[in-house]
Amino acid sequence: MIMNQNTPQRRRERIDRGIKVRCQGIYSLMSWREMTYITAPRAALIAGLLALPLVMPGMYWQRVISIVCIYALLAVGFDFLAHFVGLVSLGGAFFVGVGGYLAAILNTAWALPPIATIPAATVIGATLCTLLLLPCLPLRGVYFAIVTLMYPLFLARVIEALDILGGTDGIMGIDGFGGRWTEQYAVIGMLLIVLFAVRRLVNTDIGLVLRGVKDNDQAIRASGMNVTRYKALAVFITAAMGCMSGAFLVHIYMWSGISQFALDFSILPIAATVIGGGGTLAGPVIGCLILVPVSELLRDFGTLRIVFYALILVAFIVFRSEGIMVYAQRKYHQFERWTQV
Amino acid sequence: MTQAPLLQVKELSKTFGGIRALEKVSFDVHEGEILGIIGPNGSGKTTIVNGITGFIRLTSGQVLFRGRDIAGKPAHKIADMGVTRTFQIMRPYYSLPAYKNLVIPLFSPRARRTGGWRGGGRLGDRHTVGIDILEEIGFERDSHVPYKATATLPTGYLKRLELARCLALKPEIIICDEVFSGLSMSEIASMVPLIERLQMDGITLIMIEHRLRELFKVASRVMVLNFGRKLMEGPPAEVMADARVKEAYFGSREVREVMDHA
Repeated sequence: MIMNQNTPQRRRERIDRGIKVRCQGIYSLMSWREMTYITAPRAALIAGLLALPLVMPGMYWQRVISIVCIYALLAVGFDFLAHFVGLVSLGGAFFVGVGGYLAAILNTAWALPPIATIPAATVIGATLCTLLLLPCLPLRGVYFAIVTLMYPLFLARVIEALDILGGTDGIMGIDGFGGRWTEQYAVIGMLLIVLFAVRRLVNTDIGLVLRGVKDNDQAIRASGMNVTRYKALAVFITAAMGCMSGAFLVHIYMWSGISQFALDFSILPIAATVIGGGGTLAGPVIGCLILVPVSELLRDFGTLRIVFYALILVAFIVFRSEGIMVYAQRKYHQFERWTQV
Repeated sequence: MTQAPLLQVKELSKTFGGIRALEKVSFDVHEGEILGIIGPNGSGKTTIVNGITGFIRLTSGQVLFRGRDIAGKPAHKIADMGVTRTFQIMRPYYSLPAYKNLVIPLFSPRARRTGGWRGGGRLGDRHTVGIDILEEIGFERDSHVPYKATATLPTGYLKRLELARCLALKPEIIICDEVFSGLSMSEIASMVPLIERLQMDGITLIMIEHRLRELFKVASRVMVLNFGRKLMEGPPAEVMADARVKEAYFGSREVREVMDHA
């Protein structure tokens, strides 16, 4: 302390903006400024996503937007399970594969239209995935992650080796959405509904229980609640999002194959969550909006693509490890100033 | 005792590998009493708590709650019957504000059936009920304390939060694993009346303690454990006077003075 007498120590102090504090009361509903402050970020996200297909230069980039939304569904699911329930799942590809194949079977065998196959694949697929993951639910942390990673690899090999469900060729002749605008807005609309539903869910009482499972599963048991049941519920919700995105995917590509069990569907949502900011739910969507188009742009570089991709990821982790959304929220709600220590 | 005991523990044994943590420990707990369990470090006190509440699998023995054997049942089922516990190392939900910690136990099937502490079978809004419980347990309602992030609360409040979580379930028994430890003298002084009030409300308590002075004040009976065996059991005065207890628990003569103070 004596050493630093000449150079006064300073630190940055963060203080909530006045408008943020005012918005915490019910009175904020009487002022346009406060109401705008609350609703503007949400409105911007909704409007931005809805406007995206309109500003895209062509069919190719419109398709990219659909893929962004599919990954975003997975990423929101990953974020929910990892940051609100404490289960780190690498099973994105598992959910996509199961949902995709189910939709494909329902469409080709029973000629159901996409409007029926997508909800059916979501519910049946999520049930299937939850049942298959049930034995792994007592596992925690990295062990759960590794087991969930094995499932898609396993299923892909099974389909390949037994030559069932079209084998390596996959299932072809699946109905499309009938129009690119229908396709675009079906996916975007679904993403928005899921995003806001999950945001609402984590703040309800049952959402608090799920967050309790992450914080402290022993205390949940001591409170007379079955931890495995709540974990299963959370896995079901995540699996439903994953299966839904898989079902959308096969109807967009009009083809279902073992590439739906590819690791991309497990890894990219995690990368997007890291970039976008874990625990924010909207962050992973923003992460996908950056990562998926970037990986498309990098296609020109051929094999070097993965190098650039890795560099971008590393840069984000080094310089903005908290994630875009956390950073943006902080800037939005707080201001900084230097104070003397 | 005319009534059958509320909780009967019969020949409880637990081995961890070659270590015998508990060897045939038996004791009864009667409705409305406070049973103290004391013993030196490593004598198996916490193992008893874990064993009764289903947090570990017992090697052998029976635990009868109202005549039903609950040994071997999963922890959440035992808690659902009203046999609740606190943790020695507090286990709150650190990422939530204090009052939301109670929304979680109030969501449990038992709380929904009973309505939570003081609930007459109907559970109101969980946030309000949670704050009511916190107020009774010593969180100043109109201050900011119940709304503070749990991670910023001092130990005294966290210990109370542990008790509050049990109360939210409208418990029949609370097994307190060292609720006094780590507290300042004044915090303990405010905790003792709280324990007495719980007893007056008809809750049976098992208290595991190292703070003998306070324990002997509230407990109706005290059981002494040593190396996983039951050394003796009796009213506080008897336990205090017992030579074996002094020797086993304290080992040396000079600490006798502490006992005399207590």
